[in-house]
Amino acid sequence: MGEAIDLPLIWAAILSLAVFIYVVLDGFDLGIGILFPYLQSDTQRDVAMNTVAPVWDGNETWLILGGGGLFAAFPLAYAIVMPALYAPFILMMLALVFRGVSFEYRWRDPDHRKWWDLSFHWGSVVATFMQGIVLGAFVQGIEVDGRAYGGGWWDWLTPFTIMCGFALLASYSLLGSAWLVMKTSDDIRDIAYKYSFRMALVTLGFAAVVSVWVPFQSPLVWDRWFTTPNFWYVAPIPALTLWTAGIIFSAIRRRRDYMLYPAVIVLNTLGFVGLGVGLAPYIVPHAVTIHEAAGPDVSLGFMLVGAGLLLPVILLYTGYSYYIFRGKVTAENGYH
Amino acid sequence: MFELFDALLLARIQFAFTVAFHIIFPAFSIGLASYLFVLEGLWLWTGRDVYLRLFKYWLKVFAIAFGMGVVSGLVMSYQFGTNWSVFSDLAGPVIGPLMAYEVMSAFFLEAGFLGIMLFGMNRVGKGLHFAATGMVAFGTVLSATWILAVNSWMHTPAGYEINEVGQFIPVDWLAVIFNPSFPYRLVHMTLAAYLTTAFVVGATGAWHLSRGSQTKDAKKMLSMAMWMATFVAPLQILAGDFHGLNTLEHQPMKVAAMEGHWERQKGAPFIIIGFPDEETESNGFELEIPYASALILTHDLNGETPGLKDVPPEERPPVATVFWSFRVMIGIGTLMMLIGLVSLWLRVKGKLYTSRPFLQWATFMGPSGFIAVVAGWIVTEVGRQPYTVYGVLTTAQSASPIEAPAVAGSLLAFIVVYFLLFGAGVMYILRILATSPNKDELPMGQPTRAAGTTPVASMLNVGEVAPQNG
Ligand code: HDD
Ligand code: HEM
Ligand code: HEM
Repeated sequence: MGEAIDLPLIWAAILSLAVFIYVVLDGFDLGIGILFPYLQSDTQRDVAMNTVAPVWDGNETWLILGGGGLFAAFPLAYAIVMPALYAPFILMMLALVFRGVSFEYRWRDPDHRKWWDLSFHWGSVVATFMQGIVLGAFVQGIEVDGRAYGGGWWDWLTPFTIMCGFALLASYSLLGSAWLVMKTSDDIRDIAYKYSFRMALVTLGFAAVVSVWVPFQSPLVWDRWFTTPNFWYVAPIPALTLWTAGIIFSAIRRRRDYMLYPAVIVLNTLGFVGLGVGLAPYIVPHAVTIHEAAGPDVSLGFMLVGAGLLLPVILLYTGYSYYIFRGKVTAENGYH
Repeated sequence: MFELFDALLLARIQFAFTVAFHIIFPAFSIGLASYLFVLEGLWLWTGRDVYLRLFKYWLKVFAIAFGMGVVSGLVMSYQFGTNWSVFSDLAGPVIGPLMAYEVMSAFFLEAGFLGIMLFGMNRVGKGLHFAATGMVAFGTVLSATWILAVNSWMHTPAGYEINEVGQFIPVDWLAVIFNPSFPYRLVHMTLAAYLTTAFVVGATGAWHLSRGSQTKDAKKMLSMAMWMATFVAPLQILAGDFHGLNTLEHQPMKVAAMEGHWERQKGAPFIIIGFPDEETESNGFELEIPYASALILTHDLNGETPGLKDVPPEERPPVATVFWSFRVMIGIGTLMMLIGLVSLWLRVKGKLYTSRPFLQWATFMGPSGFIAVVAGWIVTEVGRQPYTVYGVLTTAQSASPIEAPAVAGSLLAFIVVYFLLFGAGVMYILRILATSPNKDELPMGQPTRAAGTTPVASMLNVGEVAPQNG
């Protein structure tokens, strides 16, 4: 492992990829949880649940890779960020417990299905909101003292982070409704189209607010975006975002079942890249860079061997599993 | 200072509580996944319906147990950071990569093939489905392997150096992974998982038999489980003995606490019952077998064994907890071996399925594996105190700088939520177990499958983990 390979940078890329995959995959099943009460009958909810039943566990594993990977590759960042965001992380975990168990319980106990549906819904809402808060706290910056968190216990709670929580709720609902459009038919698909339209509007609105708010909040981001020549490198991002928005609305209007979800993924990609531009090279924004937080090269190199061999295989069989459960789910062909 | 101590204690309780809950589910699902693999294999091989019925029956249980394992495990992987941030910073370079390997090699494998295993039988065909079951079973064992490498390294750290900021830096990965206690812990834990599952399966069979439903399915369950008890329980005791010898070599104070020995002595007795008291540094009331401890630990009647007074009090683990948990574990181990022997005798006499006292005993033993597993872990972990990385990093140094009220709040939330949600899960599992695997008796109060499927077709329809809401 010579100087030639910048292992921390590679690991930052791998982890960003893991978090991104997490967002677009678990995003849709959390989104379905958020939209759950807006479905109109038990049958519709059964179908919606069945579209994710075979894959949700795999989706959530990307979150474990995100957390575990941060621990492994950037132990210092993990040690600073987790205590800083203690309450949001604990609440996110508890919420994920609530929704995770509901997948099986609601089928096992028809008498209390209402309760488990509520637990699925609120678990999804709270988990998403907390993830939004975490995201917002990241962007806003975390105070560091030596090798530990240096701020107060409520630093994460600001108008900005709360706004990010709502923004992520909108964004995941859009992923969820777009997924339902792709995986269902008839009445439930119509509902999904309706919410796709509304959520696309709300999501884009939030994107606009964030784009205005963040640069004013952080000089670093301002620098990245609004000074030449940087401006010319990043200018395509908002342009592409507008173009994607156009595709999304046209997919909704023309009822292109299979175009909507991919377009929403592209929208998320752009948002993700846009945020990344503002944050790099920090892993704890404004305080710790990826190189400062990285574990030693022996650790990163050892893991890279595994990641190089295993991640492609994981993507292959994950893809295979999606392929096996391809096609529209109906009340008749559900798995449960 | 006082406040810090409070926060530390709360964080320890929280970690112990959440991990003790977590371990219950993996212990069950490691065993159950392998059992399902065996059942499906036997079905494909012999074509006998009883195996398919049992497969479908336990698959429903597996789906619930696995789900609880996943969500409680997710909590664990973030808790290192939230509550043990200093430990994470310092030990991360060594144990982080092992846990990353666990995620990449085991968790994804389980999760990727779980969907196919639970819902895919009529989508992929028998052969592929069997392969998926195999992948899930393999994934659970692999996952245990990695996490036990992590845990064992914390007990017997090896293959590392310490850098200028105090971080553990790996120098030899093989030495890190195959650290001295790892092979013993892996064998003992894997056998524990298999035994735990066997006793749940056996108890289910025995309960149905004792209630007079003498079905092929119930007999099969009891019989398979009792073969495990007959052969694996003695193996487990042997493995435990070896594990103990290894611990004696590397963590003598843990063994002294397990034995309740205060003095270093030759020809030490085995104390069956006693009341270790840290104030007086002695045991109240002792019931003992002379020389037994020396014999077990040194294989010599006059061998020398360590005593807690070898080290100052602040370097000793909490004695009574270790002492009593150890007795719970070996008590259960002995009972498991005993029931295995009795079952063999009854089998020979042809009374295995009819002897009432035996069936009741087997039913009663149902939860014994879980209790032994948790007790065993308490011995292991509390016995490591006051260290997180044995001999190098203390627990007090490992904790996050978090205030007591925050930890108290999260601990309370975990306790309430876990008892509520996992309690419900356990109840649903018991509800399934209360029904017979025979198809004509459906789970209580639940509607039959979608109309129009013939019995044969529905047999193949393994996908139906839970009946559809028609
Ligand atoms: C079904 C469960 C089960 C049963 C019947 C037994 N054990 Fe055990 N034991 C475990 C399940 C377990 C465990 C939960 O799996 C532990 C905790 C950590 C580990 O690796 O295994 C454990 C730990 C453990 C340790 C602690 C090692 C250390 O921390 O360094 C010792 C010395 C033994 N066992 C010895 C025994 C003996 C002598 C047994 C028989 C009489 C026995 N165990 C039965
Ligand atoms: C295999 C992975 C495991 C790892 C990496 C691990 C790690 C840890 C860590 C970091 C602590 C620090 C807190 C402390 O020392 O108080 C701890 C304590 C503890 N753990 Fe584990 N643990 C594992 C498994 C288990 C299991 C399965 C149990 C089940 C009962 C368990 C029971 C405990 C208990 C009771 C404590 C508290 C000890 C005390 O504070 O006296 N652990 N463990
Ligand atoms: C001896 C102790 C442990 C063993 C044997 C073990 C084993 C397992 C197994 C087999 C699973 C698969 C899911 C299941 O079967 O329910 C699992 C899940 C999980 N465990 Fe543990 N575990 C242990 C302790 C821990 C600890 C201390 C952590 C924390 C770092 C942890 C993190 C996880 C995570 C994140 C999952 C969810 C994975 C998934 O999505 O499948 N485990 N564990």
